[in-house]
Amino acid sequence: MSTDLSQTNDVSLRSLRAALFDSAAGQLLLAFASLIVLVAGFGIASPNFLQTDNLIGILQATAVNGVLAVASTYVIITGGIDLSVGTLMTFCAVIAGVFLTYWGYPIGVGVAAALICGALCGATSGFLIAKMEVPPFIATLGMMMLLKGLSLVISGTKPIYFNDTPDFPVIAQDSLIGYLVPSLPIPNAVLILFVVAVAASVVLRSTVLGRYIFALGSNEEAVRLSGVDTDFWKIVIYAVSGAICGIAGLLIASRLNSAQPALGQGYELDAIAAVVIGGTSLSGGRGTVLGTIIGSFIISVLTNGLRILSVAQEWQTVVTGVIIILAVYADIMRRRKT
Amino acid sequence: MADTAPFLSLTGVTKSYGPVEALKGVDLDVHAGDVLALVGDNGAGKSSLVKILAGAHPPSGGEIRLKGEPVHFASPGDALQKGIATIYQDLAVAPRLSITENIFLGSELTRTIPGLPGLHLLDKRRMRREAGALLTRLSVNVADADTPVERLSGGQRQAVALSRALRWDARMIIMDEPTAALGVQETRLVLDLIRRLHAEGRTVVLISHNMADVCAVATRVAVLKGGRKVIDRGIDGVDADRLAHMVMTGREG
Repeated sequence: MSTDLSQTNDVSLRSLRAALFDSAAGQLLLAFASLIVLVAGFGIASPNFLQTDNLIGILQATAVNGVLAVASTYVIITGGIDLSVGTLMTFCAVIAGVFLTYWGYPIGVGVAAALICGALCGATSGFLIAKMEVPPFIATLGMMMLLKGLSLVISGTKPIYFNDTPDFPVIAQDSLIGYLVPSLPIPNAVLILFVVAVAASVVLRSTVLGRYIFALGSNEEAVRLSGVDTDFWKIVIYAVSGAICGIAGLLIASRLNSAQPALGQGYELDAIAAVVIGGTSLSGGRGTVLGTIIGSFIISVLTNGLRILSVAQEWQTVVTGVIIILAVYADIMRRRKT
Repeated sequence: MADTAPFLSLTGVTKSYGPVEALKGVDLDVHAGDVLALVGDNGAGKSSLVKILAGAHPPSGGEIRLKGEPVHFASPGDALQKGIATIYQDLAVAPRLSITENIFLGSELTRTIPGLPGLHLLDKRRMRREAGALLTRLSVNVADADTPVERLSGGQRQAVALSRALRWDARMIIMDEPTAALGVQETRLVLDLIRRLHAEGRTVVLISHNMADVCAVATRVAVLKGGRKVIDRGIDGVDADRLAHMVMTGREG
């Protein structure tokens, strides 16, 4: 009898594990549950964690990282990788600084310049990958270094402040929701993340571009043989991803009221981590924007919570590393099943 | 004259890869409604010929005529536009996409939302419905057109790839080793599909190592050897043994 029982138990456990790890929805649920557990855990461990100011700090941090992670999601679903999202974000911030502070253009022009700059840099990566057949890892590693250097050169290694355009910091820092509901002073940056995420999700699920993002990550050769100009679409995908990095650049510049040229490196790893934790497959062909957003929140809640508990910075990095390995392992397990 | 001209006609087609001459001047006519089997040993030039027909590689020399008119295929997409679809055994489908998504890959249907004229969204419902209709027409039973293709058997994947070709309304369908990796049941399914295409009046070019399959469905057979076409004849009076002998010796006798 007891063996029977344990076997039944084993079967139900296995099917539970299968439901959680093997399906995309299960992966989303698992990530979301982890997020809730983390928030609850940190809330119990430290009374400071659930303070409004701290929660808003988490939201602010997630806004920038989340937008970058959305940009990475597109590229990773195609089976590629983009190491340049962090320094591209900074480069776009510097370009905004050049247009607004150095040249004194109105804010709209600065915003457009940052977005166009992001799209052009992304298109350059896409061109290197599609037309010159440089592996994505190397092409975007090169772009990462190149853009980091250019940001420092253009700014003379000093921050560019937006003191002449007082409306610029308002973009991210003000709270439109706070005006409507005074008890909810959620910064605009979070609202922008929300809009970017919804738009990116609609594009991914319901447009031809989104369809080709998945198809390229599933079998690029089949796409090419179906008469689709894969080179063109790859360049478009990297350009769109670059433009989203431009949005992140505007958010961080607005939040810091300055373009910090030395910032940016390391953000790409947080972005990739968020994407993977959210259930997007590093081997391509599978992924969701919602998962990426949950993944971004997990990373920033972890970073913030460990800091509040006075865990040393070094150990925070160790924890993030372990979580990334676990998330990738879950992806591999899922792939083995199908 | 265009009506009596072959659907596709190759004259003196050559293909060299560096110093290697894969095709040494091939003349081949494919008539509308033919099920033409291209057979030959490894290295005879079958794959090179298929890639030229499919538009994947340009020929090094010679001429291709489509219904009597000289043509040049710039890409597989170009050949597809001109009514020639190729189904590769391994590369045919994107495994993580669904049946519907594969069938409509490269020819997605979109719709606009009233009031938002610039926004083209995928018309998923219509694509799912038409995919189901295409599969039914091929007598393939698939419970759910949203199933990822990676869960299908080899024969079913061929059916999905074929449905895509029909979706493009391809007049000529090139099938590269369609039965090579399949079991008995699955092979029968694919051969039935070829017969159905033939019955619809479509032209099929079949590349196969399996002489029994060739004899079962082909109307004509062309044998390649050493980069040349050595035999081109109707299938009447040819059985698998004789065909194998023809492939090995390059002679009809």
